[in-house]
Amino acid sequence: MAIFACRPGKLAQRLNNLNQNKVDITNKPIPSMAELAAEGKVPDVVFWVGCAGSFDDRAKRVTHQIARILQHAQLNFAILGEEESCTGDPAKRAGNEFLFQMMAFQNIQVLNGYGVKKVVTGCPHCFNTLKNEYPDLGGHYEVVHHSTLIQSLIDEGKLRVSGGAFKGKKITFHDSCYLGRANDIYEAPRSVLEALDADLAEMKKSRAQGLCCGAGGAQMFKEAEKGSGEVNHLRAEQAVETGAQIIAVGCPFCHTMMSDGIKHLNKESEVQVLDIAEMIGHGLQ
Amino acid sequence: MVEQFIFIAMLAVGIGLFVGRIRKIRRNIFLGRPQTINDRKAERWKTMARVALGQSKMVVRPLAGFFHILIYVGFVLINIEVLEILLDGITGSHRIFAPFLGGFYVVAIGFFEVLALLVMLACIVFLVRRLAGIPARLSSNQVKGWAHTDAMLILGIELVLMSALLLMNAAEGAMPNASVAPFLVSGFICPWLSGLSEPTLHLIERTAWWFHAAGILAFLNYLPFSKHFHIALAFPNVWYSKLEPKGKFFNHEAVKKEVELMMNPAADPYAAPTEGAEPIKFGAKDVVDLSWKQLLDAYSCTECGRCSSECPAHQTGKLLSPRKIMMDTRDRLEEVGRNIDTHGVGHSDGKSLLGDFITEEELWACTTCNACTQACPVNIDPLSIIMDLRRELVLEQSKAPGSLTAMFNNVENNGAPWPFSPADRGNWRNGSTT
Repeated sequence: MAIFACRPGKLAQRLNNLNQNKVDITNKPIPSMAELAAEGKVPDVVFWVGCAGSFDDRAKRVTHQIARILQHAQLNFAILGEEESCTGDPAKRAGNEFLFQMMAFQNIQVLNGYGVKKVVTGCPHCFNTLKNEYPDLGGHYEVVHHSTLIQSLIDEGKLRVSGGAFKGKKITFHDSCYLGRANDIYEAPRSVLEALDADLAEMKKSRAQGLCCGAGGAQMFKEAEKGSGEVNHLRAEQAVETGAQIIAVGCPFCHTMMSDGIKHLNKESEVQVLDIAEMIGHGLQ
Repeated sequence: MVEQFIFIAMLAVGIGLFVGRIRKIRRNIFLGRPQTINDRKAERWKTMARVALGQSKMVVRPLAGFFHILIYVGFVLINIEVLEILLDGITGSHRIFAPFLGGFYVVAIGFFEVLALLVMLACIVFLVRRLAGIPARLSSNQVKGWAHTDAMLILGIELVLMSALLLMNAAEGAMPNASVAPFLVSGFICPWLSGLSEPTLHLIERTAWWFHAAGILAFLNYLPFSKHFHIALAFPNVWYSKLEPKGKFFNHEAVKKEVELMMNPAADPYAAPTEGAEPIKFGAKDVVDLSWKQLLDAYSCTECGRCSSECPAHQTGKLLSPRKIMMDTRDRLEEVGRNIDTHGVGHSDGKSLLGDFITEEELWACTTCNACTQACPVNIDPLSIIMDLRRELVLEQSKAPGSLTAMFNNVENNGAPWPFSPADRGNWRNGSTT
């Protein structure tokens, strides 16, 4: 298996863990847009998986849980599969506006070609780009992050979740910059966690004042500049300070960064980092 | 009569100098790229009312916010008394409002005196805080030197001006046949002055009056050279601030056209270029490549450092500091302005914002997390400047770090930032891991 992650020891390590974590695959098939189109069918929602969700093994487990949840709620959805490409977010944030707009152009052609109306994604970076930056380039869709979708499915009674393993557990939610500050979504992930009867603890910096995990703005793909410390270590310390047993996240990059931060603090036996989709997936009735 | 003449002359010189300086700042700001901001006006007024007038983001830090509001409210309301001083000076009257307000006059001046006292209290708290270097953002290297002196001067001048106001009122109240009764706060100073003769008291009152009037004009002229100019620019700056979601970065128009030509077979490559065929710039190398709003941001910054104290890169000891981005932009813009003053338009000093002021290492440390824009009490956007400079590095100078160039190549060739085959994108469905 060839892995060339630009953060050796970070993403690559995650990707190498694949044998330890057998994926919890859904038993129903997940169609692609092309497959459905061949049958003359149009789904209600496109599940935009994202690059991390497609290729990073830890993130793939989250992808499976999102798919399980969508199936459980009997949503009529499909993925783009090989027709999906990077939204261009890391290129844009790294200053390569050309590459970003090229990616956007391709993706919009694909999405518009299928007449896509609604998109759900598990990645706040994809979410932000699709929702905010594509309309101006001709891509107009209703875009939701999985936390918002899960919240509305619970509210509508389409998903019944029970606390199960998380009941009464101390959980802290790490706000992703591109979900929180960038798009003012603070409550949806928290209300999803509340549905698990968990004991929510806030970090000293949360919501609009939340501290970044350190991966945004294409930092995920380069070494950090010289400094006195690492952003993810600092954020992991803030999370550990709450005494939480679980750090809930809603972003594959935050997931990697927080897990590495917890490892750095030698707390991986006490503190777990889980995506809210995984937690809901476990609690599905 | 002579006094009136001197006062009016002083006022004319003071206001004239101020207007001259403001015109220069205005010229400097409009050295920036044009940008049209006139949409969603109702929302803009509301934002200005909430953030600038209502100080909503100041109180995120409650203690500093509280003392800041004391100075702010004090400044705004005491200006009513300043208006009286101005009218007295011009017309040669003494306490021109007193006859109109009758008994209420003493109450009003007493109220202003309470405000003056609170302003002094807040100034002392801020002075002590700065001298003690608490919090750290007020003692970092960026605010050593002139920035520190500037801050001390502002607080010192405010203290002296408020003292002069109180002394003036006290001398008036201490006079045996005063036309107005002793005031609420300065009344407490009157006993100290009780042994003095009436001409002495009169002299103290007049001296304090002139000192206060001249001091205000001097302070007015100091403002536009100082970070303290935020008291004026905070309002337009918030009005023109970004209303879209913070995560929405603008799509570069020039790039849009290029990509359209490249990707869309239906695009007309011979379409007439838009008027004003200036060479297209994809990024910003110097301040003149930034938009006027970004330059207004720079003049609106009061160097409080809340942005930097919330910045993840700065908190972990990286070189990046959003406050420094704003201070550098202003310093460079002032320099460019001075060059125009001495050498005329078109002179180049061979320097630029990128390189001579802001380094690549600072720019690449940004996580684009928007903590700085969230923290700024006057909605300054350092991130947009960082992005423009990054675009300059990548699109104009091809100077991206190697790992980012690798990422660009992956995105371009594989449709993902990692070198996986696009054909394998859907493989997660069958549990396959490559």
